[in-house]
Amino acid sequence: MATVVDSSDPKSNFPIQYRELNYLNCSSGWKSWFFTLDHKRIGIMYLIGVTCSFFLGGLFAVLLRTELLSPDRVLMGPDSYNQMFTLHGAIMTFLVIIPGVPAAIGNIILPVMLGAKDVAFPRMNLGSFYLWMFGAAFFLAAIVLGGLDTGWTFYTPYSVTTSTAVITALLGVFILGFSSIFTGLNFIVTIHTMRPPGMTWFKMPLFLWALYATALIQILATPVLGITGLLLIVERAFHIGIFDPALGGDPVLFQHFFWFYSHPAVYVMILPAMGVVSEVIAVHSRKHIFGYRFIAYSSIAIAMFGFLVWGHHMFVSGQSRVVAVIFSAITFSVSIPSAIKVFNWLTTMYKGSIRFTTAMCYGLAFIFIFSIGGLTGLFLATLATDVHLHDTYFVVAHFHYVMMGSSLVGLFAAVHHWWPKISGKMFSEFWGRIACLGVFLGFNLTFFPQFLLGTRGMPRRYYTYLEEFQGLHIMSTCGAYLLGLSSALMAGVLIYSVYRGKKAPANPWGGASLEWQCSSPPPHNNFDHPPLAGDPYIMESVVYNEEIGGYVPVECQGDNKQSVTASGDKEA
Amino acid sequence: MKLFIPNMLANADAGFWFPPQGSTVAEHSDSVYFFILYVCTFFFVLIVSLMVLFMVKYRHRPGVEAEKTSTHNLTLELSWSVIPTLLTIVMFWVGFTGYIDMRTPPSDSYDINVIAKKWSWAFQYPNGWIESELHIPKGENVTLTMASDDVIHSLWVPAFRTKMDVVPGRYTQEWFKATRAGEYPLMCAEYCGQKHSNMISKVVVHETRGDFDKWLQQASDIHKNKSPVEAGEYFYKSRGCIQCHSLDGTPKNGPTFKGLFGSERKFADGSTGVADKNYIRQSILEPQSQVVAGFRPIMPTFKGQLTDQDITAIIAFIEAQK
Repeated sequence: MATVVDSSDPKSNFPIQYRELNYLNCSSGWKSWFFTLDHKRIGIMYLIGVTCSFFLGGLFAVLLRTELLSPDRVLMGPDSYNQMFTLHGAIMTFLVIIPGVPAAIGNIILPVMLGAKDVAFPRMNLGSFYLWMFGAAFFLAAIVLGGLDTGWTFYTPYSVTTSTAVITALLGVFILGFSSIFTGLNFIVTIHTMRPPGMTWFKMPLFLWALYATALIQILATPVLGITGLLLIVERAFHIGIFDPALGGDPVLFQHFFWFYSHPAVYVMILPAMGVVSEVIAVHSRKHIFGYRFIAYSSIAIAMFGFLVWGHHMFVSGQSRVVAVIFSAITFSVSIPSAIKVFNWLTTMYKGSIRFTTAMCYGLAFIFIFSIGGLTGLFLATLATDVHLHDTYFVVAHFHYVMMGSSLVGLFAAVHHWWPKISGKMFSEFWGRIACLGVFLGFNLTFFPQFLLGTRGMPRRYYTYLEEFQGLHIMSTCGAYLLGLSSALMAGVLIYSVYRGKKAPANPWGGASLEWQCSSPPPHNNFDHPPLAGDPYIMESVVYNEEIGGYVPVECQGDNKQSVTASGDKEA
Repeated sequence: MKLFIPNMLANADAGFWFPPQGSTVAEHSDSVYFFILYVCTFFFVLIVSLMVLFMVKYRHRPGVEAEKTSTHNLTLELSWSVIPTLLTIVMFWVGFTGYIDMRTPPSDSYDINVIAKKWSWAFQYPNGWIESELHIPKGENVTLTMASDDVIHSLWVPAFRTKMDVVPGRYTQEWFKATRAGEYPLMCAEYCGQKHSNMISKVVVHETRGDFDKWLQQASDIHKNKSPVEAGEYFYKSRGCIQCHSLDGTPKNGPTFKGLFGSERKFADGSTGVADKNYIRQSILEPQSQVVAGFRPIMPTFKGQLTDQDITAIIAFIEAQK
């Protein structure tokens, strides 16, 4: 017998001690948060940190776009501009997108989804959070200590010669790398050892497959970044001659090292978001996911191929023609598993009962935006076209479609999908959807014109530009303002719900995976004994119960069948 | 109102996506681009219309539950794996053939050396003449052999659809055959610091080889057809001095030239000296030897790149900046 889902139901047979207490109120005081070993609290702290970083990086983005309203000076000079785009990129990459879904959402949801009490190594989990904070502090220190103007890629020899705070920022990256490795390690061990009875590998929710594939990349690729960062620090401090041609080094070697991490890192950013979308599309369409095994395998395939394609960042770097050709060929291999996933999501919606909840709206926006982001990658994988497009706004548009549009929209979908579980409160679907619409429109208005800028001849990282590009730049800047406002609205809607929101039922959307079986928010230990896991996508196993305002397992519904098909949704 | 309308046709010959095609490889590059664009548009329209269709047709209605359908279908899944795979093989192939053409300089080409430095270009023609703009004849293969003095730069001519990084410590090559006369922007595409976006120059494509040769002869005769001050001004503009040394008294990355000649200079090591002819000559050849206090030692050397006659002209020009 599965446990009854809703702890607030007085008739439930849920143990009484769990009806009132949850992980948020079971203890209080700052020590109970800062020294907590509860994965959910650690996840919340990550989420707060990631959100603050997101708005800092976003503020930089808005200032940059404002500067680009005109080829002349608007707000700042070239030095500030160069530092700002560097910090925008570095903060968004290292402090927002990489930890966003895995460390924040993954930490909160993964053990609950596994029916486990916690991750395998709770102390290591807390440690990785403090490493993250520590690394973030170095980034803030870099801003104060003269900025950073190398671009987030730290290309040599520029990064060896610039007078800005390169070493401080690299130390931050180094420390953040450890945080990322520890999180990955923890997830792998947790998934291997703590699955509940009945959860075989192929009964695992796809979000967990995605986190597993991500964790593999994190522990295999991140050490390379750490070592590259150390080599660069040594080069700067002692002028050894590793990357500096004046001392016999090779600047292209740095690019190989850097992209050997940073290309797989792109999949650290996108794979978890794909996992989120697999859950969101299935649950909110009330359908079993289509082609489960293909999606699961494609996550692993992306993780593996992701290691073999780094050289496509360097088609015009002076590397040999043979190498460029090989990397181009392998690069296309990554597009296939990505395409498979998109078609699987679409087929999942077929004959479903689609509810346009905020999470689903973000999920649909993800499919739209990711399709553009993925397809435009083909232009860059193709040698003849990449030569023209490399280092232009086309590339900027492409990777924003993938990293911002897909990874972050995936994070937004995850936050809305699991918000009732995390906070125990329902947010305003109306305002949530308005914010989602704003994010979608603002995003496309910002980045679509950049494809045109790129093909027409606008290089990236330019403080000033030829006058003919001004029209498109103004469009892009207007989009950025809309995107910024909508993101702020989204955060406002969620924060408001914490104070004024309706209490959430255990299973508001009708998901069949284990995290919907414990109360919202979950009790301190999630489950008092490991629940029995079945197929996580049999949506028929839960039915809507009007009294509760959420879904309950069929076997607990008893003879009250008339409310089975009733709807709680208000949308037209 | 100009502001909110994207400037579609900044150049009369430009298309929606690209600036006009200026080289032989541009046509191939663009056709590959449009091939991929059509394939991608097809799939994008397919994906989005299916999505919208399902959104409308299967939206939640009270009393209607989702229909149980098959959870996998091997034929369907294999077909949407294999068809995209075949298409990407075609994309790879057409991109590969074009790339090999782009990266194989023909043996019968006109060679120009390029030196990139923060933040200017120097194009050296076979007769030794150096110019900050690239001049080439139409219809002739031109190969650039490129080196960098400081950091990585990247030479890009959007109209030619070619780009190549200029990496310190090694030579890289780029070639093209221009197909129409005119002037096109030439820029640095790899981030190289403060004035990265000012590292814009232009390519001037001359109609015939005769026009080009005439231009080169006149340009390189500078000491004959110009006064020393005029010639100095020419070097000031063409060799990148203008990026860091102003003429109006404002200090930029280097001291202004206004009133510099004959003035007392205070150096970073505490010593002082008078800015006479020898001082200026040495500053051009060994810029790090006498760095004026308050400035960073970032000026590159011009040793071997300027003749004594050139330097004399530059000195005359600086002397004229009262």
